[in-house]
Amino acid sequence: MKGIKKNRAWLLVIPFYFYTIIFVILPLAYMILLSFLRRAEIWGVTKEFTLDNYKNIFEPVYLNTFVESLKLALLCTTFIVFLGYPFGYFMAKLSEKWKNRVVTLLMIPFWTSALIRMYGWIIIFRSNGLMDRFFMAIHLTEKPLRLLYTYPAVVVGMIYALLPFMILSVYSSVEKLDWSLIEAARDLGASSVHAFFTITLKLTMPGLLSGIVLTFIPSMGLFFVADILGGNKIVLVGNLIQEQLMKARNWPFAAALSVVLTILTSLILTLYRKVAKVRELEGLF
Amino acid sequence: MKNRTKIPNMFLIIILVIMYLPILVIIVYSFNASKISTVWEGVSLRWYQELFRDRSMMEAVRNSLILAGLSCINAAIIGTMAAVGMMRISWKSKGMIAYFSTIPIMIPEIILGMVFMVFFSFLGLPFGMVTLVLAHTAFCIPYVFTMVRSRLIGMDVSLEEAARDLGAGEIKVFFTITLPLIAPAIVSGMLLSFAMSFDDVVISIFVTGATTNTLPVKIYTQMKNGVSPEINALSTIMLLGTILVIGGSEVIRRKR
Repeated sequence: MKGIKKNRAWLLVIPFYFYTIIFVILPLAYMILLSFLRRAEIWGVTKEFTLDNYKNIFEPVYLNTFVESLKLALLCTTFIVFLGYPFGYFMAKLSEKWKNRVVTLLMIPFWTSALIRMYGWIIIFRSNGLMDRFFMAIHLTEKPLRLLYTYPAVVVGMIYALLPFMILSVYSSVEKLDWSLIEAARDLGASSVHAFFTITLKLTMPGLLSGIVLTFIPSMGLFFVADILGGNKIVLVGNLIQEQLMKARNWPFAAALSVVLTILTSLILTLYRKVAKVRELEGLF
Repeated sequence: MKNRTKIPNMFLIIILVIMYLPILVIIVYSFNASKISTVWEGVSLRWYQELFRDRSMMEAVRNSLILAGLSCINAAIIGTMAAVGMMRISWKSKGMIAYFSTIPIMIPEIILGMVFMVFFSFLGLPFGMVTLVLAHTAFCIPYVFTMVRSRLIGMDVSLEEAARDLGAGEIKVFFTITLPLIAPAIVSGMLLSFAMSFDDVVISIFVTGATTNTLPVKIYTQMKNGVSPEINALSTIMLLGTILVIGGSEVIRRKR
């Protein structure tokens, strides 16, 4: 009986194997191959092997883009940690009724198109827009700040787009927390601050780390935020790849950039798995 | 005691207010009569009328609905079959394939878009709805697969075994026992897939054809070349849709 069951089950996984091999593994392999090929004069690629695309990345202009992207991702992730962790933590401590309400309230912006939410920021940040007029009305500034198309605008946009991921991962791990451990520590004379840093923070680390991964990785690739809120002034790796692909039509170089970004991403994920000692990202599913 | 809960609550409220600020701004300005968003000229439904008259916009809405619908159905079929099948096979490759299948949601979207763009043009596929559905299905499968799999892992196997011992055939067991138990996971995987596909701009930009516009791609191009307040009206309608879906699923969840 078991034999028959096993014999037929493979039929179920065939489409999945097929799809994963053809539309995930093969395209990734093609990207790697492409990154070692020389670009043809006018269109497409030649069959010549080269390492030039990788050498190109070390040109100061491009290297600088990588460094800038990492810096921005780091900056945004730091802000998100300090905003998202307390939010997730406080939220998990609310009463059951309010907890559900806040989850629902979080879901609405989370499910709303990121583009649309960015557009709201354009209206707010635009010179002489809502923010400028509000700040001038309360006499915080005399002149319009003209925040749109500046670095801070991009930072706000990124934080805004990615904060819910952090909140939800922290929330789900604080929810699972065994509060009796903290009570025990308090009974034994630990101050609440001490108890937080030695117990709560440690036990909710998987959630915090998965939140960091979920914000750090996308923040390197969200080229449209930099595009819309930063004008053409802020160029991130994402923008560079898009530009090389669509405008410069240098596909091998775009592929090399993507390979490096993929390696960077897998390093972060591997590090996460090592530190958090889990395989799945908390709160994602 | 009261003071101790005040600071956390204030913090939650402030963050939520900031989160809703851009959304509220869009809703308010969708009723603005003026074409310039910095000027307020009174309440009007002008942009809603123009939106419904804008044929290219309506076509983009239709394309996005078709795309998200097809991708989430594909993902539901392939992902559910795989999650069920994977529990019953002992192939060495299954761990590796499961790992590779989740890559599309692990790597930055831009890389996925780039990879599909170069690969599809290598295959010589014409860019349009077909390439869009192929690409979107690839990143929707992991959502359904992972959700159904974790549901199956937490499931009581003895139910299936009991039914089989009582003489029910494999297919019957699947449809009467397994499917109802994993249905919630399939539905939430599909909902998430639909939302992700409907919302996607990065991957779509790379794999869409010159004539097939999806809604986010259209909005994105408009945002880059000066926006029409139509976008405000459209966003408000989409927001209303989102609220209805979330509210609806909340009501269903509470009734259980």
